[in-house]
Amino acid sequence: MGSQTPVSYSVVLESRPSAAEEVCRRILRELEDRGYSSDDIFAVHLALEEAFINAVKHGNKGDMGKIVNLEYTISADKVEIRVVDQGQGFDLTQVPDPRCDGNLFKPSGRGVLLIQAYMDEVDYNETGNAVRMVRYKRRPV
Amino acid sequence: MSELKPRIRVEYTKNATIITFTDEKILEERDVRALQEAVMHVVEQSGPINLILDFYNVRFLSSAVLGLLLRVSKRVYEAGGQLRLCNINPKIYEIFKITRLTRVFDIYRDALSALEGLE
Repeated sequence: MGSQTPVSYSVVLESRPSAAEEVCRRILRELEDRGYSSDDIFAVHLALEEAFINAVKHGNKGDMGKIVNLEYTISADKVEIRVVDQGQGFDLTQVPDPRCDGNLFKPSGRGVLLIQAYMDEVDYNETGNAVRMVRYKRRPV
Repeated sequence: MSELKPRIRVEYTKNATIITFTDEKILEERDVRALQEAVMHVVEQSGPINLILDFYNVRFLSSAVLGLLLRVSKRVYEAGGQLRLCNINPKIYEIFKITRLTRVFDIYRDALSALEGLE
């Protein structure tokens, strides 16, 4: 029996790759407590890692003086996460498809694709420096 | 203090070198870098190498690891060797499918089947 009360949290994180470790652990624990499946937890974990790394590397361009804002709400049936960096943003339509033959052997550029594949709703703000992503709890098969 | 632990286990067989990743999660860039250095060290010690990367212990990885695999693959094939992956759990295999890297890598069920046909 997991908790049914929605939980919301907002945190300002340093712009370095390992800075989201603790909040990520907390999110995964909340999901587990609410009976989310291992597939849901894997999906949210992956999307969160990819979104945070994108914010640090591509958004804030490795500038440790910048910050990343992370907000989440977890309820009984969905988890919503928002990651905001202090960069110039990007145009989603200009992101090359890593599955195309010319890009298949490139060692990077798969984060956005994975976020879209594992989350049910993904949208960016107009500037492109904030991503909001939602995953709905799957019913057990 | 950073944790020191073995990140790979290396086994030399007659026809191939098997590298087993020992970490359950491979996430952070510095972990990926350390792992890449360890794997490249093995690759560069050999001439043409038949390399099997065993994911038996790995339960989670990020896209940075895919980059590592592509860099290792390039090095192995440039040196005239072969690269095979094995023991990839279904959740991680899904990542390979989504990114279409199943078209790039030879993926086997386990180390025994990955060894088959290597000379």
